[in-house]
Amino acid sequence: MFMEFFNSLLEGKLLGMKCKDCGSYTCPPKHTCNSCSSRNLEKTILSGKGTVKTYTITYVAPMGYEKEVPYVVALVELDEGPWIIGRLDVDPKIAEENDLTDKRVSIFAKEMPSEMFYPMKEKRIVPYFRIEG
Amino acid sequence: MRVAVIGVGMTKFGKHPDKSLVDLFADAFFEALEDANIELKNVEAIYFGNFVGEMTDGSANLSGFVADEVGLKNIPAIRYEGACASSSVAFREAVRAVKAGYYNCVAVGGAEKLLSAGTAIGTRALATAVDGVYEMTAGLTFPGVFALAARYYAKKYEIPLQKLREMMAYVSVKNHKYGAVNPKAQFYGKYGDLKVEDVLNSRMICSPLTLLDCCPMTDGGSAVIVANEKFAKEVCGDPVYVLGTGQASGGSLFRQGEDIIKAIPRKIAAEMAFREAKITPKDVDFVEVHDCFTIAEIIALEAMGFFEYGTACYATAEGVTSIDGDLPVNPDGGLIGKGHPVGATGTSQIYTAVKQLRNEFKWNQVKDARIAMTDTLGGDFGTLVNIILGVD
Repeated sequence: MFMEFFNSLLEGKLLGMKCKDCGSYTCPPKHTCNSCSSRNLEKTILSGKGTVKTYTITYVAPMGYEKEVPYVVALVELDEGPWIIGRLDVDPKIAEENDLTDKRVSIFAKEMPSEMFYPMKEKRIVPYFRIEG
Repeated sequence: MRVAVIGVGMTKFGKHPDKSLVDLFADAFFEALEDANIELKNVEAIYFGNFVGEMTDGSANLSGFVADEVGLKNIPAIRYEGACASSSVAFREAVRAVKAGYYNCVAVGGAEKLLSAGTAIGTRALATAVDGVYEMTAGLTFPGVFALAARYYAKKYEIPLQKLREMMAYVSVKNHKYGAVNPKAQFYGKYGDLKVEDVLNSRMICSPLTLLDCCPMTDGGSAVIVANEKFAKEVCGDPVYVLGTGQASGGSLFRQGEDIIKAIPRKIAAEMAFREAKITPKDVDFVEVHDCFTIAEIIALEAMGFFEYGTACYATAEGVTSIDGDLPVNPDGGLIGKGHPVGATGTSQIYTAVKQLRNEFKWNQVKDARIAMTDTLGGDFGTLVNIILGVD
């Protein structure tokens, strides 16, 4: 379901699954609930808002990503509970010099060139987090 | 019947542009065979660990080639892939097959050539162990995984990040000190007197991790001979026994949420190994842990049950994990000092454990060691293997 997830994100919608058994959310979608492993799931659109839990500024990139450095990778806890990964839309220097954990963010997506081994061969769609306020 | 390790071998870790993956395994295999003092025909199967031969050397399907190279034509040979834990997975499967009675004696090992592949290919190859869709599109690298963990560790346990970086640096200082005296280590004779400041001030790779917080890219091979107790006693009298093993798995890093600093699969694997060995962490004389990064050693020691969560950083800075401390950790230099040829790393930990338990690790011997434990991590807590070894 990753194509649907990324294409929805390009349209500003964060696709996830709500578990009809335990009520918790799984995002991005998975075949099973990330909390209770149930398959009794329904698609849902999440708020796209969350809190930065941790991040890193990457200076040494893998082959195919060299032109993008330095970039900031972050783990964000969504308001609905799941943690997701993406890039922080911030100057790496600011991320280096300040503590951006606990910052409120909203998610969007950017299209970037793909690389030899990435499953989407035409382009990569990268989740980004914009710091609010 | 118990299962024993009766022979160990490893190449020098470092740069081997003149050796193929098959050569590196063969060199280690023959050293292990001679160490075990057995004949080639005694080896009934090969369990071979390799992570990214496809990307570094354009080679997959390596198991048949390694068997043929060492002269064991037509025996069962299997390649195992569990990222950095590949040869530990292979070892555990071999132990289970021997224990089940399928074989009397088998060889286990691994080979990898990341240093010769160069940093760009090597970094991309290593990154194949993260979630290939969601984590890869963000450009997550392995230093990145542990950089995320380090910043969260500081936050969660309310340690100023700079203070944590200093305590993490002690892991690098210690492991380089031990790697520098290990003739098989990539950094033999180098970095033996690093200072905390050197680690803090080296080049930033993934903030807050510097180059000296990271293990190197490495070429190398390792191999061990595993046998049942009956055969082991016939050939070497008093072998090193496998007391317990454990293995567990985990999903993408982001799916683990706040457990990224708790390494739950490792906790499960370690508890499995302790249960099987019928011992507790207090009984272990020293450990070989997966210090791919400085923070990784700290998290590993906590998840395995040697320290409470949030405290192994302090213990490390106080010297508890040094060779003369309460719990010597990585007396061979670990991944940071000895090197990390991914598919060969697991059985190289077994190599050290066996040499130590036989009192043969003369350059950095742990006194009176009778029980050793290894810990190998594949991916971002995706594949965890723990092995406990001991002597009677």
